[in-house]
Amino acid sequence: MEILTQIFQTNYLALIIEPLQYAFMFKAMAVSVVVGIACAILSCFLVLKGWSLLGDAISHAVLPGVVIAYIIGIPFGLGAFVFAMLAVVLIGFIKTNSKIKEDAVMGIVFTTFFALGLMLISKIVSSVDLTHVLFGEVLGISNESAWYTISILAVTSAIIIIFRRVFMVFCFDPTHAQSVGMPIKLIHYSFLVLLAITITGSIQTVGIILVIAMLITPGSTAFLLTKNFSTMIWIAVSISVVSSIIGAYASYYLDIATGGTIVFVQGCVFLTVFTYQTLKQRQL
Amino acid sequence: MENVAIELKNVSVNYSTQKALTDTTIKIPYHTFTGVIGMNGAGKSTLFKVIMGLVKPQIGSVTVCGDDTKTAQKHGHVAYVPQAELVDWDFPISVHEVVMMGRIGAQNIFKTPHQADLDRATEALLQVGMLDFKDRQIGELSGGQKKRVFVARALAQGADIFLLDEPFAGLDATSEKSLVELLISLKDKGKTIILATHDLMSLPDTCDHVALIKYTVIAHGPTKEVFTQELVSKTFDGVLHNIKFD
Repeated sequence: MEILTQIFQTNYLALIIEPLQYAFMFKAMAVSVVVGIACAILSCFLVLKGWSLLGDAISHAVLPGVVIAYIIGIPFGLGAFVFAMLAVVLIGFIKTNSKIKEDAVMGIVFTTFFALGLMLISKIVSSVDLTHVLFGEVLGISNESAWYTISILAVTSAIIIIFRRVFMVFCFDPTHAQSVGMPIKLIHYSFLVLLAITITGSIQTVGIILVIAMLITPGSTAFLLTKNFSTMIWIAVSISVVSSIIGAYASYYLDIATGGTIVFVQGCVFLTVFTYQTLKQRQL
Repeated sequence: MENVAIELKNVSVNYSTQKALTDTTIKIPYHTFTGVIGMNGAGKSTLFKVIMGLVKPQIGSVTVCGDDTKTAQKHGHVAYVPQAELVDWDFPISVHEVVMMGRIGAQNIFKTPHQADLDRATEALLQVGMLDFKDRQIGELSGGQKKRVFVARALAQGADIFLLDEPFAGLDATSEKSLVELLISLKDKGKTIILATHDLMSLPDTCDHVALIKYTVIAHGPTKEVFTQELVSKTFDGVLHNIKFD
């Protein structure tokens, strides 16, 4: 009975508003939501193109870039971006010039880059900073970083939405696109650059390892739920935003990792949708 | 102007390790229905890629509707109907959206569709008899209907030359027959149809021209003259079963 009384007497509005009174929470919430939106939009294209592993590869490959940026004191997004592009170019080069299949090439390149990052960290940077890069730390984000993240992700998302029809043709039928004179290589590399920027922008919030989930799970979940591309983007974005908000609140009240919670919620949503779909199909 | 839709002069294409086409010369006239046959890996798809301008030959020249391939791409002269197995049928895209892709070459860089594009797509769907299915997701169609959708995309594009890669693979006899009828009606309306096929049995009833490919064009011309036992067995290294020659 006591519990019930407690449940009825709790002021839920206050529970929602309270964390937002703190500047750091408000910032964390805003950044997480923006990261969620940007990754969700991209995830729809990645999943349909069959490029999920590429997101994985790029996010790991940026580690040495982040460490070197830390050492020489430049914005770490810049260092990350340089190494992301290096990895993409190297993967493309090895694939074109050898008989090794793409998944193996990606595996070799990103693990080597990641290993280099670990070597540099072990020699130079303290282990506290390592945790931030690997797992994200959105609660401690500085004003500068918050604005940096929000603005670059807003720009990449806007570009992808504006050119969504171009990227959709690129994913669905690149041969057709090329046969009517669309600059397929330019589109290909633009997409990779946008992916690299989104990943580097998201690292502070969810970290190198969990950004992969942000780039795969929302799109996959949405893909199960709809047969329309625009709807797919809306669903992916909604799932991602809700997960980001839950993650931010959970980390405030339960004192747990924000990035981890966001990704965990996304995973739970996927499993729920998958179970629902499977049960529905069995009944038919 | 000559009545030539596609002309390849002494074209050679080498991939990093192997030769795909050697010293290939062919002239395909307008308003013809050409069947391209040859063994797997004999250069049929390379020939298609050269015509579409996706592969640049190391030697030789290619002319499509009197233009070089780059200009031909800009004008959308050539439309491609892909093999069924190369299409992701689960892709969240509707029949109408696929046909609208035929218009992208003519649209601005944002690919914003205009009313004229929508009208072209509707007209194309009507022409192939698929207008009632325009809101279906593409995986929810039969094999023959799927082909019709891509033919509609080619029509919406306004292409003069239709390249079809293995269009009959996986189709039942009825669907194949009705697809052939559609293609022949398009040829009669002035389109040039070129298809790569393994279906040698029905070829004489379908195609008025044949091109035999084995790393180069072994022979090309009207079906009656070229589709002979001697030439076809040369193309397929003598391995032929159950084919009736006139």
